[in-house]
Amino acid sequence: MEVRRAGALTTVQDHGRRGYAHLGVPRSGALDRPALSWANRLVGNPPSAAGLELTVTGATLRLWVATTVALTGAPARLRVAGAEAPFGVPVPVPAGAEVRIGAAMVGVRSYLAVAGGITLPPVLGSRSTDTLSGLGPPPLADGVVLPVGAAARVPRPDPAPDRRAGPGQLAAPGSGTTLRLHPGPRRDWLTDASLAGLLAGSYQVSPLSNRIGARLTGGPPLHRARAGELASEGMTLGAVQVPSDRQPLILLADHPTTGGYPVVAIVEPADLPLLAQLRPGAPVRFRPHETSQWT
Amino acid sequence: MRVLPAGPHALLIEADRPAAWAAAINRERAAGRLIAADVVPGARTVLLDGVPDAVALARALESWPAPADPAGTASEAVRIPVRFDGADLAEVAVRWGTDPAGVVVELAATPLRVAFCGFAPGFAYLSGLPGTRAVPRLASPRPRVPAGAVGIAGSYVGIYPVAAPGGWQLVGHTDLPLFDVEADPPALLTPGRSVRLAVAV
Repeated sequence: MEVRRAGALTTVQDHGRRGYAHLGVPRSGALDRPALSWANRLVGNPPSAAGLELTVTGATLRLWVATTVALTGAPARLRVAGAEAPFGVPVPVPAGAEVRIGAAMVGVRSYLAVAGGITLPPVLGSRSTDTLSGLGPPPLADGVVLPVGAAARVPRPDPAPDRRAGPGQLAAPGSGTTLRLHPGPRRDWLTDASLAGLLAGSYQVSPLSNRIGARLTGGPPLHRARAGELASEGMTLGAVQVPSDRQPLILLADHPTTGGYPVVAIVEPADLPLLAQLRPGAPVRFRPHETSQWT
Repeated sequence: MRVLPAGPHALLIEADRPAAWAAAINRERAAGRLIAADVVPGARTVLLDGVPDAVALARALESWPAPADPAGTASEAVRIPVRFDGADLAEVAVRWGTDPAGVVVELAATPLRVAFCGFAPGFAYLSGLPGTRAVPRLASPRPRVPAGAVGIAGSYVGIYPVAAPGGWQLVGHTDLPLFDVEADPPALLTPGRSVRLAVAV
């Protein structure tokens, strides 16, 4: 697979690099994991095979072998050898054909799976690009050539598709997204009023968001109930931190493994793919998870 | 010891001796009696992440006896040759009320231990200096600290595995590689390891 136009930020992603957090190695992996898994299923790959995560602007590729691709996540136009091809289904690609992925129409991150997966050598068990530490392959650049594996079996759509993984999962532009919160280990670092404000708060996604964290802005300020610094402790995916600007920062896949900002809540893991698809300015609301106990 | 919630698949143990808890948890994990994708020590905590049922595990942990200190079972100390030529060595000496040679002697004589890792792959926070030797971070961090730089922040000693921006007060550098993705484990300094700094000649 030859990269003709890499786009703003296109990275190789699989299900990430687990088991090394105690050595300071971020977990990484696809931000909208169900979308990558879905694309992989469509082309006959294991769900955790490495594919491409495209960020808003799309990309153009040339495949030097005949294969099958599928595009999922943020809906975008797909053209194969100049012809319009459908989103969210397996698409045959003749050898030498150009595959052009357009800009995302809604959402942020589209996923392209190729039958056989992208077969770069894994680094610590994963082929994912880690934008924080630099582990894994660098973000795609024009002219780069990536190895593609042999298809494991005849690609076919999954007979029992997980609808959450399809485009129906994306919030419509301008509509609100609600994320459910579990209590975090340091929720007592917030004043009662600020905790109540967070649990019912409306925020917007900040343009400073990236694969490390989603910054929110424009909502109720989060005042600390106590001064001083928290000694560094382990951080987990979906942790809602309270940095010095008093607006929530939600840790995503490339987050540092330890940190000193108090974690007051944890986003329900099943809601994180929705967050990963929200554009800057998109409204976000919180509510307590139905199973959570906050008192 | 307190178990704090961190969502459906993680929990945080807050304890006086986090290293002993991390070692006990890893023993249970190795024996197949506890499932966790990651066990991450912090300064006063241990994070268990990627657990099947955090509520059930929290309940089980509450009934654990306080673990024995792993100090007696620790492996031999990793010896790190350091050239003590750091840009902040004189500043650290002033804060410690000694001269640069005095800083070097004390650092080389202090048994250190990896308390936890973070900041970057292979970056270890080494404990062992007394609280009276704590030094503040630089008011404005350097845009680039070279790989191998040995620094002090608070009462931790740290060594940069790769070049990075940083605010630690630099006392020297080592040529020893600290992180290698081909090695197992990839980090030279793993939580719990004993460490000694040695004067490189």
